[in-house]
Amino acid sequence: MDCKTKKELKITACKIRMGIIEAVHSAKSGHPGGSLSISDVLAYLYFKEMNIDPKNPKMENRDRMVLSKGHCSPGLYSVLANRGYFPVEDLKTFRKLDSYLEGHPDMKGTPGVDMSSGSLGQGISVATGMALAAKLDGDAFRVYSIMGDGELEEGQVWEAAMFAGAKKLDTLCAIIDNNNLQIDGCLADVNSPDPIDKKFEAFNWNVIKINGHCFSEIEDAFNKARETKGMPTAIIMNTTKGKGVSFMENKAAWHGSAPNDEQYEIAMAELNSAMEELNK
Amino acid sequence: MADVKKQATREAYGEALAEIGAKYENLIVLDADLSGATKTSVFKKQYPERFFNCGIAEQNLVGVATGLTAAGKLVFCSSFAMFAAGRAYEIVRNAVGYPHFNVKIAATHAGLSVGEDGATHQCNEDIALMRTIPGMTILSPADGNEAKACVRAAAEFYGPVYLRFGRAACPMIFDDNYEIEIGKGVQLKDGKDVTIIATGIMVSMALEAAEQLKAEGIDARVINIHTIKPLDKELVVKAAKETGAVVTAEEHSVIGGLGGAVCETLAAECPVPVQMVGVEDKFGTSGPANEVLAKYGLTTENIVAKAKLAISKK
Repeated sequence: MDCKTKKELKITACKIRMGIIEAVHSAKSGHPGGSLSISDVLAYLYFKEMNIDPKNPKMENRDRMVLSKGHCSPGLYSVLANRGYFPVEDLKTFRKLDSYLEGHPDMKGTPGVDMSSGSLGQGISVATGMALAAKLDGDAFRVYSIMGDGELEEGQVWEAAMFAGAKKLDTLCAIIDNNNLQIDGCLADVNSPDPIDKKFEAFNWNVIKINGHCFSEIEDAFNKARETKGMPTAIIMNTTKGKGVSFMENKAAWHGSAPNDEQYEIAMAELNSAMEELNK
Repeated sequence: MADVKKQATREAYGEALAEIGAKYENLIVLDADLSGATKTSVFKKQYPERFFNCGIAEQNLVGVATGLTAAGKLVFCSSFAMFAAGRAYEIVRNAVGYPHFNVKIAATHAGLSVGEDGATHQCNEDIALMRTIPGMTILSPADGNEAKACVRAAAEFYGPVYLRFGRAACPMIFDDNYEIEIGKGVQLKDGKDVTIIATGIMVSMALEAAEQLKAEGIDARVINIHTIKPLDKELVVKAAKETGAVVTAEEHSVIGGLGGAVCETLAAECPVPVQMVGVEDKFGTSGPANEVLAKYGLTTENIVAKAKLAISKK
């Protein structure tokens, strides 16, 4: 990846993070931690990888992205707004009565949302069905689905993984946000899904492990996923929960709580300063 | 009744799928390792490239159905009612109901007439579960021909539909050309003293009950409800107004099913005495279907008794 592209993506990811903080601060609730950890991959998916058109959100053979960890809606809404699906300013209506930005994604109300989600384990299952449809129609499009690592504790994930592996759905690419934290604490202390890579390999998936904050690695992973035939791909991203906001990083407490006014100012100052660095 | 033709509604379901396969080129059928029992195997035989077995994984069955539908396919997915409505309930609610996807959940082996398999497989709660999902349509046919009509209507209709089929053969009531209109009840017999409102296998018993009541000088109206949701309120209220007493009959719990739907409507719009024939807040048990139904009071005789009781409370 050339320096210019990498810089643009970093700027985009920074904007996504700002939108996340704006949204959850305005709502006084929401899930910043896991939204910040997927900001980089969201930037890559929506600005580089996927065949989509913000002017035609329902384009027939568009690539699909199912946010299986639907609670990270601030991340999804922020990337959609920055990609031009709706005004960035509307992120401030997140979770408010009569807003089209529901607490968890609602495909009927929000342009660019390919599937309503929020109940963990369901999104990857639906993405699997979409990937089957894509295969039946001659590899008409690709399907991406972002899952949390804690989400892997849901049984339905493995029902879907077994089906996608058995049916050789190479139109499917799952992305696992492996930030090692869930609501109640560390994965290892709650109910560890490790080893994640060996599990997906055992279900006949192509497994790629990357640093989820490194755009070169993200690019390589999606390229390899697209070139892999006869099996679905799982990209296991090592990430930092709360990435980009110092006091939120690696803290389970920021899974589902919003910054107060003071914390908001600190977070935005950090992101603004990061943006200034990038624009130098 | 010895020479009356009988067919299980699940048999008719399989045949109907195969019949509509040519009309709907985007029709995909999914099953969860029960295709021989749900009869989706009939479709599979004719259209193997459009049939997918999800294995014993009903949550993913419904999830995959949703994904296919989201990408423009018409999907019927099948398992036993216990698993399609029970185990997969939350996926049906959140992945099918909430986004209002055009998924058809065709559940077989509903109710006590599963017979020998016993309580774990006799789902008497599915109508109640499905009724609470906003926008869900529930179809519950009374015989093979109505089952086929329901499949055709569901395929033509846009929106989530739960279709309820049974394991046991039941008497044919309707002819081959019969069609249904979703949301419209069917008055099978007029009457002025009491109305029997029935669904599924209880419809043929309701007709027999009306004959027995006639012999005792009681003129019973019989209404077949193939669409439990949305309920044909107009027809139900009219019957309550004109006959002043109602009996509901269903192979389902008396809590939350057809009886519940009828009572909710009548309590608000035309309160009259209502008696319910159904499973009385109990789990089922093993035994031949007819014997199990009789043990739980799902009989012609009980409909007759409840009709008299309802009339006595006028």
